[in-house]
Amino acid sequence: MKKQSRKAYWIGFGVVVALLGVAPLVLPEFWRRFLTEILIWGLLAMSSDLLIGYTGMISFGHSAFFGLGMYGAAAALLTVSPPNLWLAVGYGLVGAAGVALFVAYFSTRLRDIYFAITTLIFSQIFYVIIFTWTDVTGGENGLTFRRPALSIPWIYATPFTNETLHWFVLAVVTASYLVLRRITQSPFGMVLQSIRENEGRTRAIGYPVERYKVAAVMLSGVFAGLAGVLYAIQNRFAAPDFVYFLVSGETVIFNVMGGIGTLVGPIVGAGFFLLLREAFSRFFTEYYLIPVGIIFIAMVIFMPRGLLGFGRSWLNR
Amino acid sequence: MAALEILAAIPYDQILIQTVNGIVTGMILALVASGLTLIFGIMDVVNFAHGELFMLGAYVGVVVLAATGSFWLALAVATLVVALLGAALQIVTLRPLLGRDPLTTILATFGISLVLQNYALWQFGPVARKIEEPFTGGFQLFYLEYPWYRLVIAGLSAIIIGAFWLFLKYGTWGIWIRATTQDRVMAQAMGIPVPWVHTSVFAIGAGMAAASGVLFGPLVGVNHAMGLDWVLKAFIVVVVGGMGNLGGSIAAAIFISLLEAYASIWVSPAQAVIVSFVVLILTLLIRPTGLFVPTPK
Repeated sequence: MKKQSRKAYWIGFGVVVALLGVAPLVLPEFWRRFLTEILIWGLLAMSSDLLIGYTGMISFGHSAFFGLGMYGAAAALLTVSPPNLWLAVGYGLVGAAGVALFVAYFSTRLRDIYFAITTLIFSQIFYVIIFTWTDVTGGENGLTFRRPALSIPWIYATPFTNETLHWFVLAVVTASYLVLRRITQSPFGMVLQSIRENEGRTRAIGYPVERYKVAAVMLSGVFAGLAGVLYAIQNRFAAPDFVYFLVSGETVIFNVMGGIGTLVGPIVGAGFFLLLREAFSRFFTEYYLIPVGIIFIAMVIFMPRGLLGFGRSWLNR
Repeated sequence: MAALEILAAIPYDQILIQTVNGIVTGMILALVASGLTLIFGIMDVVNFAHGELFMLGAYVGVVVLAATGSFWLALAVATLVVALLGAALQIVTLRPLLGRDPLTTILATFGISLVLQNYALWQFGPVARKIEEPFTGGFQLFYLEYPWYRLVIAGLSAIIIGAFWLFLKYGTWGIWIRATTQDRVMAQAMGIPVPWVHTSVFAIGAGMAAASGVLFGPLVGVNHAMGLDWVLKAFIVVVVGGMGNLGGSIAAAIFISLLEAYASIWVSPAQAVIVSFVVLILTLLIRPTGLFVPTPK
C-alpha cells in the first residue's frame, strides 16, 4: 500500500469510528439500538468473511458458534454471582472455540459445496441438542439473565447504560476488526488466500492445508462467538432461535450483500440488510423476506462483489 | 442368562413395525434425494430450495384436492405445476450463473428458498393443512392397524424412481442428460441443447420433490417450514450415498430412515434425528466420498 493511501485509510477509519462513537449521543433510542445491533451482526458477518472471502469456504454453520457464544455467556452469568462481564466473555469464547474445533475437525475434510452442507448440518445438530435438552438450556424458551456490570477487574465497576453499552460494543467490534485485518495481512492470512486461489498448488508448495483450514474455522468461530456474547449481553437472553440455521443464512447474506473479502463489506451488508428489513417490515410485516430475498438473488446474479465492490468499481470507472 | 434376558427384552414387534415405517419414509426420502442428487450431478448446483419445492408441491396438492376432491389429480397437477415453476426458476436465476463458481448457486437457491418459504407462509398461513388420504383401511400388524396407504406410497415412490431410471437409460432426453453429465462441452458440440437439458433436469427434480410432498402430505400435515427438515435429510442422504450417484442415494435414504425409525423406539423423534447426523459424521471420517459408491476415484 502506498503511503498516501495508507494515510487516507487511517483517516477514514478514524472518522467512521468517531461517528459511530458520537452516534448514541445524538440518535434517538430506537436508532441507537439499531446501530448497536448492526455492529454486533457486523462482527458475526466479519468473522464469517474470514472463511468465505479469504479462504474460499462458505460456512452455513455460523449460527452454532454465535449461539454457543450466547449460551456460554448465559452459563457464566447464571452460575456465578455476582455476574461478571469478563467471565461471560471468557465462557462464551471457550464455548464457541470448543464447537468450532469440533466442526472444523470434521468439516474441513471436505471442500466447496460439501463444506457448506456439513457446516449447515453441524449447526443443526447443536440446534437439536439445545432445543431438546430442556433441563440445561431452557429448551424452546431459552434462558434469561441479568446484564453484568461494565468492569475493569478489581478496579472499577459500573452498571451499563445505553451509551456505555454501545461504546463497549463499538470498542470490541473495532478491536476485532483490527485483529482480523492484521490476520488477513499476516503470512498466515496470505496462506489462507492462496488456499482460496489454488488449494492444490498451496499443498504442493508444502503448506499443511488442512491445519490452516482448521485454524481458520476456529478463528472465525471464536469471533462469531464473541458476537454471540455481545448479543447476549445486549438482550439479556439466549434462545435456540439464534442457533437455528436461518442466522447462518443471514450471515452469508450480509457477506454477499456487502461484498466478500473486504471485512468492512460484511458490516455494510449487515447494515443494508437490517435497513431493508426495517423498511419492508412496514409494508410486508413478517413476510419481509420475500422482497429482501428477491433483492438478494438479484445481487448474487448482477452484483457478485456486493455493495462495496460495486461502489469501488463505479468510482473507478 | 443375561444374554437371554437381553434377547427377551428386545421389542420384536416394535422393531418390525419400525422396519416397515423406515422403509416407507426411506422411499419418500429417496424420491426427494434423487431429484437433489440429479440436479447436483448434472448441473453442479446444490439446490437449497429443494425442500421448498417439496413443500410447495404439498400445498398445490392441498389446493387442488380442495377444488376437485381427487387425490390422484392433485398429485398430477402438483407435479406439473411445480415442475414448471422449477423450470422458470432455473431460467431466471440459475442460467445467468452458469460458468460461475458453483458456490454462487448455493447462494441463489438459498435466496429462492427464503422467498418461497415466506410466500407459502403469507399465502397459506402458519396453521398446518391436512391432505386427506385417498383411501383408508389397513391390515393388522401386531397391536396396531397399519394403513395400506403407507405401503402404497412406498410402492409409488419406487415406481416413480424406476420410471425415471428407465427414462434416463432409454429416453432421448434421458440419454442427453447422461451425456451432459459426462461432458458438458462435448455434449454441446454434438448438438445437444445443453441449457435446455439443464432446465429440464431442474424441472424433473422439482416435479419429483413435489410428488413426494403430495404423497407424504397425508402422514404429517402440510406447513410452510416442512421443507427444511427434508432438505437437510436429503443433503445427508446425498453425501452419505455419494453426490450425484442415484443408486447410492436410494440405498442411503433407506439406510438412514431405518436407523432413525429404530432409534425412535427408545428416544423421541426429535432426538432420533441425531442418528442421521452421526451417520454423516462417521461417513465423513471413514469414507468422505460416500458409503454407497463402488470405489473412490
